[in-house]
Amino acid sequence: MTTIEKPAYKVIGTRPIRPDGVEKVTGKALYGADVHLPDLVHGAVLRSPHAHARIRSIDTSAAEALPSVLAVVTHADLPAVADTVIDTGEGVTRASDMSLNVLAGDKALYRGHAVAAVAATSAHEALAALDAIAVDYEPLPPVLSVRDAMRADAPLLDENRRTKQPDGALSDGPSNVAAHSRFEGGDLEAAFADADAVVEREFDTKMVHQGYIEPHNGTANWNPDGTLTVWTSTQGAFAVRAMLAELLRLPVSRIRVVPMEIGGGFGGKIGIYLEPLAALLSRECGRPVQLTMDRTDVFQATGPTSGGHMKGRLAVKDGVITAAEVSLAFEAGAFPGSPVMAGAMCMLSPYDVANFRVDAYDVVVNKPKVAAYRAPGAPNAAFCVEQLIDELAREANADPLAFRLRNSAREGTRMITGVAHPRIGHEETIGAARDSDHYQSPIEGPNRGRGVASGFWFNAGMQSSVVASVNPDGTVNLIEGSTDIGGTRASLAMQLAETLGIPYDDVRPTVADTDSVGHNDVTGGSRTAYASGQAVYEAGLDIQRQLVERAARLWECEAEDVSFVDGELRHASDADRRLTFAELAGKQMETGGPLQGRGSVVARSPGAAYGVHVVDVEVDPDTGKVDILRYTIAQDAGTAVHPAYVEGQMQGGVVQGIGWALNEEYYYNEDGRMENASFLDYRMPTSLDLPMIDTIIVEVPNPGHPYGVRGVGEVPIVPPLAAIANAIHDATGHRFTELPISPRRVVEELHHLR
Amino acid sequence: MPMRRSHVQTTLNGEEIDFLCEPRQSLLEVLRDELGLTGTKEGCNNGNCGACSVILNGRVTNACCVLGVEAEGASVVTIEGVAEGDRLHPLQQAFLEEAALQCGVCTPGFIVAAKALLDAEPNPDEGRVRHWLAGNLCRCTGYDKIVRAVLKASDAQEVTA
Repeated sequence: MTTIEKPAYKVIGTRPIRPDGVEKVTGKALYGADVHLPDLVHGAVLRSPHAHARIRSIDTSAAEALPSVLAVVTHADLPAVADTVIDTGEGVTRASDMSLNVLAGDKALYRGHAVAAVAATSAHEALAALDAIAVDYEPLPPVLSVRDAMRADAPLLDENRRTKQPDGALSDGPSNVAAHSRFEGGDLEAAFADADAVVEREFDTKMVHQGYIEPHNGTANWNPDGTLTVWTSTQGAFAVRAMLAELLRLPVSRIRVVPMEIGGGFGGKIGIYLEPLAALLSRECGRPVQLTMDRTDVFQATGPTSGGHMKGRLAVKDGVITAAEVSLAFEAGAFPGSPVMAGAMCMLSPYDVANFRVDAYDVVVNKPKVAAYRAPGAPNAAFCVEQLIDELAREANADPLAFRLRNSAREGTRMITGVAHPRIGHEETIGAARDSDHYQSPIEGPNRGRGVASGFWFNAGMQSSVVASVNPDGTVNLIEGSTDIGGTRASLAMQLAETLGIPYDDVRPTVADTDSVGHNDVTGGSRTAYASGQAVYEAGLDIQRQLVERAARLWECEAEDVSFVDGELRHASDADRRLTFAELAGKQMETGGPLQGRGSVVARSPGAAYGVHVVDVEVDPDTGKVDILRYTIAQDAGTAVHPAYVEGQMQGGVVQGIGWALNEEYYYNEDGRMENASFLDYRMPTSLDLPMIDTIIVEVPNPGHPYGVRGVGEVPIVPPLAAIANAIHDATGHRFTELPISPRRVVEELHHLR
Repeated sequence: MPMRRSHVQTTLNGEEIDFLCEPRQSLLEVLRDELGLTGTKEGCNNGNCGACSVILNGRVTNACCVLGVEAEGASVVTIEGVAEGDRLHPLQQAFLEEAALQCGVCTPGFIVAAKALLDAEPNPDEGRVRHWLAGNLCRCTGYDKIVRAVLKASDAQEVTA
């Protein structure tokens, strides 16, 4: 596929108003919790108060006897699932684990684990009815960290779990380690022996939540004919449909999932929690049922991403990174599936490192099962590696960006997986950060410091399909199936307008339900503008082909004599024969009937994303508070379709990273109770905590996309943890290796030094 | 058992209305479930996030922390009352132009809170805007474009005035 020269673009690169904008600024847009249906009833979920407990029995009879209660369900109401795995497009989960996660079976595996669900005449009545359910628990000792979970004498979450080892064999004895993977290359010991300098440290991070403002919701109507309709806020309606089909043992065709507007996801709204419960309750009571979570439920029972323990050892020789030995152990939560492999595969990908050994451990603990969170696994791993690289640069007396540039991966460099990079933009991105006004300005004053870090994310491709219908007035309706979380209706409409040579406002995009459009994988993996954009482009080409054929028919010439240029049909030799897109659109009945274009793709060349961040901080040594004084992010977007929303992704990712670095954590007591399960205590960044976030969009076109688009959404969260830690080291001379670098930690560690 | 419902008279978005609600229902529940005004969002239901911001008797208020019966005799402005018919409020226009929303679920709360600011202080500086909006959480944007949109709307208001 060839990349079109950028200067030719008319629509791409502009900043039009998003098609769903007016609805969203006037409060008219309908999110999942805004669904109101005739006869709708509400539900509530009973959750385990224990982090680890055997469930001896559940007695729901008193609740069922209440006049307001319409239905009660427990795990016993779920059918036995097939021994299969469900691929949601951003992670693979065993169906049995998913079934046990949505409603606990013999064991509650984390505090907040759903145990039963009730439907009643109102949300208040449903909540009150939970008190009437009697659960007999046998509390068990919880396992709350990877270090504890990996001990030989650790209590086991699942007595039957064996470790899948690097060679694929299962361990002899049971373990909380679900999998151990390894990547090796070169001659590690020789490289360390020959090094000018070696740096080695251990790092610890805590679980953090995606923190979307809209809580999870699910509304279901089980019809008497055995069909099921589900309205929900999800990143992937087709993934929800697939998961429901497995959990409820229904044919896919019997389930219609209607994607409502979504109030943030960041990876956390791919899995399902409430949807199957609402479906079971609806089946039992014969009425549509709506479930919503409160914020405490969201913290305790959804998301988060892994915390864990990391150990790294890096070597430098003549300014070149010659060796890396890194071990990562990530908390998966109650069921296997941490993003440790992704972290392992990302952390060295900005660089060319010849000798390496990387170990990755996926470890279950008595905490919620983790969900994807923006470049899953990569920020934690970068927190480890990018700090060690900062130290290596100091050892090599090199500027940290110059050191990164010297060691940068480029086209052809092999990643630790053995796969060679295609055209990537890490070097260009380093250059943009280096040349920025920010990096070129000195940082002055006591307790101030500057840090930098690089980040890599694969980006995903996967499947997308769209249909575009041409209207008689020359406008186009674009039917797509990608949840719009941050402006993708606009970026897809723009790509179709570009392809058809028509104004952006003439394309009206709609995100359709699962009955109304072909399969689309999740809005995740930074894939939508890229992969659905490619599907949109294919649909545009399909329309172009048909327009050419129709013009040839009208002009009674060969199709080869007709070309489509700048939104116009032109005859090769007769300059008078011209039809605008709108003119031909108005002749559909006489040229072959309604005109539709289709695009279906398996996008396989997403083009990796790189970001290089520069941050200045000021540390108050008395209070421990760290202020972000200035932040600049340079990122390769390939081609920025809608630069304002590209900047928005960059800024939003950075700020989530700032929260992760400085404040956010799941704070557990020894019983496994999360002590800060509210927005007030979890304390995400507010507008008052931040400066403006300066953005530099670098454009190294992705050769795998017709317009050169690369995914942009995830990589901006990768560098901030390390960049901020590097800046704090620059300010204080102290290296912080545990997150979050909260005021308490800063005071404790700095004063201990004194 | 369902509670006995109270009769409440209030002024909502400039219109005198009355409604019935249970005494335990929050103003947020009343707006969303009884009056069908779902533009006011629930993010936390305990006053931490500002997604349910309304203007109650001239002050920005989290509707989740006020009972519906407390609206008796009060004046309530919600996101549905910010635009004048088809004419968007300068804040709404600025949010669109500045791409100050991504998922959009916090947006109604931000616009309502910012309206209360601009009603009281037509020319806030960046620091004032950041301070005022610190009670509204956004997880998508990093606030940069939101702050810019509010400053732009304040300029636009000045031009209009």
